[in-house]
Amino acid sequence: MHEMSLAENVMQIIEESARTQNFQRVRIVVLEIGKLAAVEPDAMRFCFDAVTRGTLAQGAQLQIIESPGTGACLACGAEVEMQEQYGLCSSCGSPRLKITAGNQMRVKDLAVE
Amino acid sequence: MCATCGCGSLDVLVGGKRPPRTQNRGPISFRIPQNNVDTSVAERHHHHSPQFEQSPDTEQSRVIQVERDLFAKNNALATKNRNFFAAHNMLAFNLVSSPGSGKTTLLVRTLNALKEAQAMAVIEGDQQTDNDAERIRATGVPAIQINTGKGCHLDASMVGHALEQLEIPQNGLLFIENVGNLVCPAAFDLGEAAKVVVLSVTEGEDKPLKYPDMFRAARLMLLNKCDLLPYLNFDVAQVIANAQRVNPDIEIILLSAISGEGMDAWLAWIASAANAQRPIALQ
Repeated sequence: MHEMSLAENVMQIIEESARTQNFQRVRIVVLEIGKLAAVEPDAMRFCFDAVTRGTLAQGAQLQIIESPGTGACLACGAEVEMQEQYGLCSSCGSPRLKITAGNQMRVKDLAVE
Repeated sequence: MCATCGCGSLDVLVGGKRPPRTQNRGPISFRIPQNNVDTSVAERHHHHSPQFEQSPDTEQSRVIQVERDLFAKNNALATKNRNFFAAHNMLAFNLVSSPGSGKTTLLVRTLNALKEAQAMAVIEGDQQTDNDAERIRATGVPAIQINTGKGCHLDASMVGHALEQLEIPQNGLLFIENVGNLVCPAAFDLGEAAKVVVLSVTEGEDKPLKYPDMFRAARLMLLNKCDLLPYLNFDVAQVIANAQRVNPDIEIILLSAISGEGMDAWLAWIASAANAQRPIALQ
């Protein structure tokens, strides 16, 4: 359940943004979660609700955008789409895929007032 | 909240103590007089982003672009730890596994084998109890226990705090025994040179496929409790194939921390990692 500490990181980012951007209330939080990031969106929502209780983000809507996973084949150099953390290159069949995108997780935008 | 790294959880204990804090975490209220609010930011950023679903709230709100990685803070602290290890010419390993794989027994045997020749120290991570650090200290090697409370993994800030209290093994080895959990510790860089995943033959062959993040993050897999193989229905070739399917570059050593078979290969792996990491130590 590392979603709890990730939700705490989201809250920290919100609090820091509140200080620098002067807002008192957060209405919507847009999170971008890569398809290959080890995060369960439902667990994230649950933890987000728990962590934001009593804060300036209480009741905020959490929108999660899933970004696609891609990898580079170390054998043939092809850029391939990845559904899981491991797989076979769709071009040459090699299992030596290096993840190039889709394992990141970030707070993208906030709707605030 | 902690003064150095901003770590927030009140449950974490390092060596039985709370890391130093400036204030307790709690609801934060902002009392900014309306006439002090810089509305130019609002005007600059106010747009109807296509990412936002249509909602009446959005109409009255302003949108600010944040674009900040959730792991940025942990990664920055991990880099700080890594620089600390480099400055003290230490090699750090992050030992990860499910609970009960034999990490502590393996560690005790490793420490006993190396303690005459190497400066070493151990950071132990568990939700509760000082039991593992006690077992390590019985070998004569200094150890500090981190209790994560409800936390399911160690993070770079906890390790940073442990380093403040630990007897530093100059030119030596640091073993960080993570919380027994095959999921969460995979995501958190502690500043280690390598993650070493311990899997025991009393678990299933398909563990690498079920928990791919961990086996992908590890440089080495130690297959432990191999002395029990004659009594089990465990397919060694299958577990190796599964681990390599998830991580084609993973190195694998079969051993038993109880019988001692395979320990030489593990100790040789540590020595070669030390030589690769610290060419100066050879001279």
